[in-house]
Amino acid sequence: MARFAPLARRLIGDAASRVDDWMTALLGEEFSARLARVPVALGHAGVDPFGLDPKWAKYALASAAFLHRYYFRTDVFGAEGVPSGKVLLISNHSGQVPIDGALIGAALFMDVEPPRFIRAMVEKWTQTLPFVSLLFSRVGQVVGVPENAKRLLEQGEALLVFPEGARGIAKTFDKRYQLTDFGLGFMRLAIETNTPIVPVAVIGGEEQYVSVGNLDRVAKMLRMPVFPILPQLLLPGGQLPLPTKYRIYFGEPMTFVGDPDDDDAVIEDKVWLVRATVQSMVNRGVKARKHIFW
Amino acid sequence: MPTTRSSPPRAPRDPNAPRADTVVVTGICGRLGKRLARRLHRERRVIGVDRRPFLDKPKDIEHLEIDIRRKKLKDVFRGDDIAAVVHLGVMHDPRASAADHHSWNVAGFAKLLEYVAGFRIPKLVVLSSANVYGPQPDNAQFLAEEAPLLGGQNFSEIRDLIEVDMLAQSFFWKHPETETVILRPVHILGTVRNAPSNFLRLPTIPTALGFDPMVQVVHEADVVHALTLALRPGVRGIFNLAGPEPLPLSRVIRILDRPSVPVPATLGRLLLKRMWTLRLTNFPPPEIDHIRYVCMVDDSRAREVLGFRPAHSIEETVRAVDTERW
Repeated sequence: MARFAPLARRLIGDAASRVDDWMTALLGEEFSARLARVPVALGHAGVDPFGLDPKWAKYALASAAFLHRYYFRTDVFGAEGVPSGKVLLISNHSGQVPIDGALIGAALFMDVEPPRFIRAMVEKWTQTLPFVSLLFSRVGQVVGVPENAKRLLEQGEALLVFPEGARGIAKTFDKRYQLTDFGLGFMRLAIETNTPIVPVAVIGGEEQYVSVGNLDRVAKMLRMPVFPILPQLLLPGGQLPLPTKYRIYFGEPMTFVGDPDDDDAVIEDKVWLVRATVQSMVNRGVKARKHIFW
Repeated sequence: MPTTRSSPPRAPRDPNAPRADTVVVTGICGRLGKRLARRLHRERRVIGVDRRPFLDKPKDIEHLEIDIRRKKLKDVFRGDDIAAVVHLGVMHDPRASAADHHSWNVAGFAKLLEYVAGFRIPKLVVLSSANVYGPQPDNAQFLAEEAPLLGGQNFSEIRDLIEVDMLAQSFFWKHPETETVILRPVHILGTVRNAPSNFLRLPTIPTALGFDPMVQVVHEADVVHALTLALRPGVRGIFNLAGPEPLPLSRVIRILDRPSVPVPATLGRLLLKRMWTLRLTNFPPPEIDHIRYVCMVDDSRAREVLGFRPAHSIEETVRAVDTERW
């Protein structure tokens, strides 16, 4: 085992440098330049306290940037209005696979000045999955608990939250672009840490995978939050998401004041305001687009 | 309080030495206890309590070879003014029976607390562990002192260690006249024979395939330093102790330059269970969660209130597992 380790390491090193070359060719020098400018608080070991490793994050960002530029050809609106410093990005969630998160990340990395590296909160159960938990942690995703969110905001990071959670991402096709209930946690967090909220609407995600229903029993058996039925997976090439055109709208920052430990009813009113804003942005975006694929 | 009973023989003491600085250290014969004793004995009078013999004991340390569950423990407190008690005598031998563990850790500690309260000892320092929080998939990246102690959820053998922590906590509230300090250090590395040090001493280190949690480690000398800081008058409360910056487990292993083998977690668990019953390993199967999930602490309170700063770098701390003796 030990004898093969140096060989394996060299092979991986070769492959990594080839990928690096290819990445520069595809995404241009601009990508590398942006990567060098993105501010990340790293310890002396080159890893941030949450496990973010820039060596890994580079490839994740490159894949997201590739999807952003070439696969989904994303149009971004209003990204320059996102305040610098700590901010909560509250977005609708869609598409069975969280590509929307990656594209919002790519938008704030590729299309704003200075480039930003956003952090997202992930479901707790992903931490029990081998490789997935490792990948998520190395590319800067953190477990969705309030303590982590508070710590990141205190560091001045941009935090992406999907208050719909798994309910939102697993919407069936007939419910597309209709927001489900929002969780209340993000609002308490915003009030407590005095963080501006930027509503975000993502258009195009709902059509990438067409879900006709959810198998609750199978989901329970596999301990997954949902198990969608995706007929397109049976078609050749249907495993890839459909190359819909994404449009991402960033809204005006909203600030809320009050008591973070207030009754649910009071917090709900404020959350409703954000949800209504996101919904109306989604409605306008859907109405404005001429075609799903271009 | 009349001291009619014959007190155990003690080394002759300098009559001019101040009497109000005596420290009782339980579990003094452990590697950490010996380190603490050596650190303290030049400045303060140290009385050690342990059922094991203290072989290379410095001359000015008094050692009582008794079981802390025995009534004889009371004699320690009868004779002199004790300024502080440091409780390190927690049993965490994975092979000892549950009954033994419970009576030693819980009943023995409860007895000790009774004497600390009865003799109005002004200071009690208890060395707990960050393991009481337990590694969980939904842990916050940095657990504060207020986080629930869920370590026993999947690892019933450490429930008595949680109980010790809880007993100390309730003592803290019930007896404000005693300054109670509970220290919860992360994985202590060094010459100590605990699970994390033993794990890193393995010739080939197994890891869980597809998992690489961030880990915090602390050098045993830094823990000793924290114990002396906790002994200062005026300090009370619960403190998480962490060493240098956290690192992914794989990077920690790389510091040691030892081969590691990734094993699928479910298979590893089954293997470990089998090996445990066959007595081929001394790692209880639930320990595997420590190489899958995070169990890190927020040590800002120790930094601010205790003034604790780890003196050893991450490299020194990790390499300390290979040093034979100090």
